[in-house]
Amino acid sequence: MSVDLATVKRVARLARIAVSEDEATRMVGEINGILGFVEQLSEVNVDGVEPMTSVTPMEMKKRLDVVSDGSKADDIVANAPNTDRNFFLVPKVVE
Amino acid sequence: MTELTSLTIAEARTKLAGKEITAVELTDAYIAAIDSANEAINAYIAVTPDKAREMAKASDARIAAGKAGALEGIPLGIKDLFGTEGVHTQACSHILDGFAPRYESTVTQNLWNDGAVMLGKLNMDEFAMGSSNETSYYGAVKNPWRAKGSNLDLVPGGSSGGSAAAVAAHLCAGATATDTGGSIRQPAAFTGTVGIKPTYGRCSRWGVVAFASSLDQAGPIARDVRDAAILLKSMASVDAKDTTSVDLPVPNYEASIGQSIKGMKIGIPREYRVEGMPEEIEALWQQGIAWLKDAGAEIVDITLPHTKYALPAYYIVAPAEASSNLARYDGVRYGLRVDGKDIVDMYEKTRAAGFGQEVKRRIMIGTYVLSAGYYDAYYLRAQKVRTLIKRDFELAFHAGVDAILTPATPSSAFGIADEDLASDPVKMYLNDIFTVTVNMAGLPGIAVPGGVDHKGLPLGLQLIGKPFEEETLFKTAHVIEQAAGRFTPTKWW
Repeated sequence: MSVDLATVKRVARLARIAVSEDEATRMVGEINGILGFVEQLSEVNVDGVEPMTSVTPMEMKKRLDVVSDGSKADDIVANAPNTDRNFFLVPKVVE
Repeated sequence: MTELTSLTIAEARTKLAGKEITAVELTDAYIAAIDSANEAINAYIAVTPDKAREMAKASDARIAAGKAGALEGIPLGIKDLFGTEGVHTQACSHILDGFAPRYESTVTQNLWNDGAVMLGKLNMDEFAMGSSNETSYYGAVKNPWRAKGSNLDLVPGGSSGGSAAAVAAHLCAGATATDTGGSIRQPAAFTGTVGIKPTYGRCSRWGVVAFASSLDQAGPIARDVRDAAILLKSMASVDAKDTTSVDLPVPNYEASIGQSIKGMKIGIPREYRVEGMPEEIEALWQQGIAWLKDAGAEIVDITLPHTKYALPAYYIVAPAEASSNLARYDGVRYGLRVDGKDIVDMYEKTRAAGFGQEVKRRIMIGTYVLSAGYYDAYYLRAQKVRTLIKRDFELAFHAGVDAILTPATPSSAFGIADEDLASDPVKMYLNDIFTVTVNMAGLPGIAVPGGVDHKGLPLGLQLIGKPFEEETLFKTAHVIEQAAGRFTPTKWW
C-alpha cells in the first residue's frame, strides 16, 4: 500500500498538524518509504495468532473506587498558556 | 587523591560512608565538570546547581546522622523525559516549551528517597524518537568518543544520548534513561557505558512522558555493571499509579555481581547474523561467546525465526501508540500555543510549530495505520507478529536457555549529520535491529562494552534474559566486563 498527496493531507488533517504543500510532498516519499519497509509483514502467516494485548501476562490492577486525589486546580492550570480563574482559555468554539 | 568525578557509584559510596569525602564536595566536582564540558558535549539542557547543592547538604546531614540511603549523596543526571517537580521537563521538544510539572515521576522520586542528588536534565531525541540524539530541539549531543586521529564529531546514539554522553564524559555518576526500541542499549554501546532495559513492568512509567506505552521502560546508564545494578535497585518499584507495574519484590541486584555462570546455557540466535554486518561485529560476538565459555557457560545455537519482522512491526506499533499519546499536545493545557483563527487552526498551527520533523513523521504514520480501513492490515497484523516474536523467545527459554548473547548494534558510533542516514529514515531505524525485539517481547536486555573497533570506538554486546531475571543479566554482563575491561574516552573537550 502507498499514499498519495491527497492522503497525506487528509492524514495531516486527522493528526491536526498544519502542513505546507512542500512538506506534504516531501512526506509522501518518506511515508511511502516506511510503508514499503513494513510491507514485509504481509509475508508472515498470522492465521490463528492472537494479537498481543498485554506485554506481561497479568490481571489488570484495579484501584479502590475511592477519591484519592483532587482539589489541585492551581496545579492543573499552572502550565497552561492562557487561563482565567482556573479555566483553560481557548478560541471561541460555539457561536 | 583521585579526581572525584572519576569515582564509580560504588567507590563514591564507600568514600562517603567512610567520611573521606562529603556529598557537597562530590556534587561541586560534578558541577565544575559540567560547567567546563557542557558547551562542547551538550549533554545537559538544564543544570540545577542550587538544587543539587541543597540536596547534597541534606545528604551530608543524613550521613552524619547515620541515616544514609542506598544512593546517599550520589549525583545523577536525569533524562528530560522524566517529570521532575518544578524543573524543566520537555522531552526535548519545542511543544512542551516552558513546562515544569507540579509532580515528580515515580522513578525519580525513588532515587531522591534513596538520597541521590539531581544535577540537571539530560538531552535526548525529541519525545525519545531517534537513534542519534539529533532530533532534539536543543541540538545534537557530541559523543565523548572520537575515532583515533580524528576530530570528527560523532553521535552518542539515541534516544538517551545525553544520558550516555554524560556518563561516559564523567559529567554525572550515573543517569536515568528510557528504552522503547533500543534507546538505552544503543547509546550505551556507542559510548562504552553499561545500560539495562529492565523487563516491561519493572520500573513505573508514572510521570514519564509517554512515547509508546506498551514498549516504554525506564532503566539506568552507568559506568560499569555494578553501578547499573545499584541504580536499577533504586529505580525499580511496585507502583499502584502504573497499572502495568508488576507486583514482584525488587531483588538486590548488586548481590548477583561476581556470581558464577558455570553451567548456564547461553543461546546464540543465528538470525542476528545480518547481511552487511561488519566483520568486527561478528568478531566481537565470537569473542563474547569465548569469554562466556571460558567462564563455564554452555553455548547453544538457537533460532528466533521472526527476528527480521520485529523492526517493521515496531514501526507500526510504536508510531500508532505515539500518535495517540501525543494527541494531548494541543496548546491548551501546557506548553506552546500558536494562535489561530479558530480552535482547529490553533491546534494545527501549534502542532506544526511545536513538533520536529521526525515526530511529525511518526504521528502521521501512526494516524495512517490506525485510520479507518487500515487498522486490520497494519496495526492488528503487527500485534499478531508481536505475539510470534515473543513466542520465539519463550520457546528458546523453554528449551533451557538462560540468556541470549547478541551484538548490541550493527556498527560503532557514526558521524553527526551523516548524509546517508539523514536522507533515508529507514536506514536510521536499522540501528535498532538487535535491540527492538526485546521491547516487542517485553524482556530485559543489557548492553555491556565488549571492545573497540579499528577506529578505536567502543562496541557493545547485548544479553537478553527471561522476564524479571535481571539478576542473570547482571552476573553474566559482569563476566564479560571482567574479561573485556572498562572503556573511557580520551578527553578532548
